[in-house]
Amino acid sequence: MKKRSRSTEVILSTDSINVVYQESLIALQNVSLDIPAAKLTAILGPSGCGKTTLLKVIAGLIKPTSGSVKVRGKEIEGPGPDRALVFQDFALLPWATVLQNVGFGLRARGVPKKERDETSLHYIKEVGLLGFEDKYPHQLSGGMRQRTGLARALTINSDILLMDEPFSAVDEQMRRKLQEDLLNLLKVENKTVIFVTHSIEEAVYLADQVIILSGRPGSVAEIVYPKIDRTGEIDLIRRQPGYIDLVDEIWSSLKKYVE
Amino acid sequence: MENQIKYSQTNEDSKLNITKVGPKTSLLFFRIISFFLVFLIWELAGRSDISIAFPPFSKVFLAFIEMILSGEFVEAYADSLPPLLIGLLITVVGGVIIGVSVGLVRSAEWFIMPLLIIFQTAPVSALIPMLTYIYGISDTSKIVAIVILGMPLVALNSYKGIQSTNPSLLEMSASFLASRTNTIIFVILPSAQKMIFAGLRLGISGAFIGIVLAELLITPTGIGDLITYNRFIARYDKMFATIVSILAIAGLTLSLMRVFEDWLFPKEKN
Repeated sequence: MKKRSRSTEVILSTDSINVVYQESLIALQNVSLDIPAAKLTAILGPSGCGKTTLLKVIAGLIKPTSGSVKVRGKEIEGPGPDRALVFQDFALLPWATVLQNVGFGLRARGVPKKERDETSLHYIKEVGLLGFEDKYPHQLSGGMRQRTGLARALTINSDILLMDEPFSAVDEQMRRKLQEDLLNLLKVENKTVIFVTHSIEEAVYLADQVIILSGRPGSVAEIVYPKIDRTGEIDLIRRQPGYIDLVDEIWSSLKKYVE
Repeated sequence: MENQIKYSQTNEDSKLNITKVGPKTSLLFFRIISFFLVFLIWELAGRSDISIAFPPFSKVFLAFIEMILSGEFVEAYADSLPPLLIGLLITVVGGVIIGVSVGLVRSAEWFIMPLLIIFQTAPVSALIPMLTYIYGISDTSKIVAIVILGMPLVALNSYKGIQSTNPSLLEMSASFLASRTNTIIFVILPSAQKMIFAGLRLGISGAFIGIVLAELLITPTGIGDLITYNRFIARYDKMFATIVSILAIAGLTLSLMRVFEDWLFPKEKN
């Protein structure tokens, strides 16, 4: 396993998080993590291991039974302007257009319509949805819906982007396209991304740091730092030496948690 | 940001032309046909010797015109419409307010829900004669009859609409820092809209049942009296004309509610 010392600033950290449901069901056990700034961190684990719970704790939507989440050293009280969430099921308002959906976060903050629409259109363009701003979610494909969700998260200009299995509800080809687009986007936007995935391939392809959770109760089993060069052509990422090896390595250490 | 990223249009992005099948005019055409068929069957059935108490459509239609011209309808509706309108207003406004607030404030649930469910499931019409003992033969009795038949339906459906808001949308709203008020306005109410209006339609129908029952069972005035009186003197054509008139007004009210819904929540355009 190739590990490397991290030199970058830690933007978000969790300190021995425990989440217990109904006094007996332990979802997360003693999860302590450091998330480096401006990097992609993947949370990987078998289904039911509490990946999504961990992301929601970080988002401030679930209060941990014990432990804390700190953003730049400051403990969070709930959802905050420093974190934006992209949902697995897109969570788009079905009665609102793409423009209105993308502008939701700004509207909630009381940004006036003109400014809101300008910002929304900027990000609609950035995720490649220009021309679809007046469509409703039911008129869009899965990939386009998730682009809408991503644009909505980008509008509020938070440093941290939290993505809950963002590409799991779209087909394989669309997933690849969205992954490539995400990498391209991050070359432009300086974001810290934490994303939950069940795909080892996706984790290795996208992430600078892969956090492997064990099966229930979820705890950190291992942290892997893929040494993948993503500065060059995106198409070459999967051809890099070590890519396949790393996927295999992660699988062999993950296998024992998968029933 | 100047360096825009280029995205190639995937083929699924480019073919998204949704066309609605069946233009609006053909729908109207079928509705008219449907009305025409019902009237035709009615006419034929009325002309056959089913019962003397079942006149053909043509006779009822003539009686209808006669009653409009003679002022019988005007007189009856002058008695029936004021309590009906007040009752409808209380049913609609009160029902939505109660249903929505109980849906939003969980602590109010235990207090009001059992009552609503009892009123919705019990044969409330059996209670109507009892209203006479409390309110006498008055407009108040009619209004109470309308409200107890209509409001539980509105309140229960509004409540269910509020409760059935997609939890994922609520999480989304919270994570984007929407205030409780904004979440209610932008997420919860629009998502409950269909259920609320379905409840309103049911409630309005209930309200019309309420006014007719009240006038038939307790206060022999207005439209109920017109039905009873004409049955008594065996003017069945007039009796049916009266029933048709109240059905027409109920239908009109429901259509107005539909227009109001479309105005409040414009249909998605393609």
